[in-house]
Amino acid sequence: MLTRREALLGSVLTAAAVATISAMPTAASAKDVAGLPREKVTLVAPPFVHAHDQVAKGGPKVVEFTMKIEEKPVVIDADGTQLNAMTYNGSIPGPLMVVHEGDYLELTLINPDTNTLAHNIDFHAATGALGGGALTLINPGEQVTLRFKATRAGTFVYHCAPGGAMIPWHVVSGMSGTVMVLPRDGLKDDKGKPVRYDRIYYVGENDFYIPRDDQGKFKKYDSAGDNYDDTVKVMRGLIPTHVVFNGKAGSLTGEHAMKAKVGETVLIIHSQANRDTRPHLIGGHGDFVWEQGKFANPPARDLETWFIRGGSAGAALYTFLQPGVYAYVNHNLIEAVELGATAHFTVDGGSWNDDLMMQVEAPKAIAS
Amino acid sequence: MSFDPVFTFGVIAAAALIGLGIANEANDSRDLTLQSPVTAILAPGTFDHAKPGEFLKANHPVKAPVARETIAAPLEIMKYQVSVWEYARCVADGACRPAELRKVGDVPVTGVSHIDAEAYASWLSERTGETWRLPTDVEWAYAAGERFRGDIEANENDPKNPAQRWLGQYRAESSLGRAPDPEPRAQGAFGINSKGLADIAGNVWEWTSTCYVHTTIAGDDAETASAIDNCGVHAVEGFHRTYMSNFIRDGKSGGCAVGTPPDNLGFRLVHDRRGFLQDAVHRLGLT
Repeated sequence: MLTRREALLGSVLTAAAVATISAMPTAASAKDVAGLPREKVTLVAPPFVHAHDQVAKGGPKVVEFTMKIEEKPVVIDADGTQLNAMTYNGSIPGPLMVVHEGDYLELTLINPDTNTLAHNIDFHAATGALGGGALTLINPGEQVTLRFKATRAGTFVYHCAPGGAMIPWHVVSGMSGTVMVLPRDGLKDDKGKPVRYDRIYYVGENDFYIPRDDQGKFKKYDSAGDNYDDTVKVMRGLIPTHVVFNGKAGSLTGEHAMKAKVGETVLIIHSQANRDTRPHLIGGHGDFVWEQGKFANPPARDLETWFIRGGSAGAALYTFLQPGVYAYVNHNLIEAVELGATAHFTVDGGSWNDDLMMQVEAPKAIAS
Repeated sequence: MSFDPVFTFGVIAAAALIGLGIANEANDSRDLTLQSPVTAILAPGTFDHAKPGEFLKANHPVKAPVARETIAAPLEIMKYQVSVWEYARCVADGACRPAELRKVGDVPVTGVSHIDAEAYASWLSERTGETWRLPTDVEWAYAAGERFRGDIEANENDPKNPAQRWLGQYRAESSLGRAPDPEPRAQGAFGINSKGLADIAGNVWEWTSTCYVHTTIAGDDAETASAIDNCGVHAVEGFHRTYMSNFIRDGKSGGCAVGTPPDNLGFRLVHDRRGFLQDAVHRLGLT
């Protein structure tokens, strides 16, 4: 005879089981996937994002990407400091890949024999096998193809994770990027109303740990392998020498400043694969912010600064209301100004809105 | 802002006596361990000059007005920026703080603040018994000649839309396309200008004695209605003119939230040589 407790427990378990079953994505066999339409996408370097539909047209498909891993020295600041970078597709961060929920992302990863190290890729958007890391480890001269189903909508970091001590070292050498899985019917505001963007920018933030010599000058190394011992010592101090957007201090300023027009809505994707950060648009706001980057959650409204957890990517939607030059920073201002985490937007068009702001009286001597 | 030439000689007489841009390379050192800096002596003259600082007219920022400036007396100024070794002597004497040198060697001293530059000028004056001081903005511009740029300004200026000016300024600056170039070079590496001065507008910006100022312009005639100085900030000159707090030694972190920061901060000094002209007149037997 069932006790009341057992009955209750049983009913709970049954309900949980039912819920679990209904929440389980319909598993498609490899054969089913083979029947799906395929789309080949050519990636573009950040802060730009490849052309994509905000609302999916038709049913799920297989979206094919190819990335080549490039180990190369890159300059990361105005002083000419060099990082022996490891990159997905030659850029830091790696390119943003956009698919829709229910699509299959199929990546061919190439490790040319000009490289010296083994690499792989761990997709936070993927399920199983260490995010794909266990299935993608390739030596120089090899390539591999991985397919995973995009079951959760949101912005998700990907990064290299070739095991043990190699993991953080590869990540702080530049090997991270983001996948954006859009809901099939597009983004929605906090009330469930569809929202669209006119432009999208992808800002990847990196913390670098460059060793110094006896004089305190940053050291230069012939290859990535040569810097390993010294770099790990700096990494263990947990204080970066550089905190930058898109691989270099000043990579998104001046001629490379991000552009927008008054009245345009911009979606800014911000990733940090290793360390917490807090983006802030100086003179603007986050109208709708998916701080954790996961679109099944309603966005927060009217944020001043948003928090991006290390190992995640978030998304902020903003409609520019005033023309001018905006700074987009990591609002640890020491990191923004001294360590490099500053970008700019130049926003043209429209007229100045005196109602929103005006200088009532210009600076003058204090009235006595 | 102060421009008070120490000399008060007649322009015509001085021009007749002093060869334009002829470097005075003679070493008449009073102190055996201290060589007199190589200087250039510039003839007096007048020139048009965009004033330093920020300008307001009818409550709105405007481009710096251009004024006709006069260098009334011969201007003797260091041909080269003060070098690492020259500065080191002041440090050895305990009169200057060690610089935060970007590079040690036969290069201009870098990593020095306005305070450091003033300390060096005082020390050199004391050691030589002569008067050495930072140039004013006007003097520096005169000596820079064709290499003077001034502030980077926008052409756009719509009082109804301040953003036009910010965007114009931002673009003007980025279109100059000057890449960072932080490694100091040997003295003279950036060449000699038409006034006989070396390394003007190279990769070491130079401190001046001109304070940052907010000026309100009255009416249409660029007449100053009021001006408020901030002498905690001075004009620095080089590839462009900008303004830095006195204690800043590295231009990169000295301001310029948006814009080109100086690669390095250094200086050269003006020599106020009292009686120099009288001596020259005497030597030439013109008395």
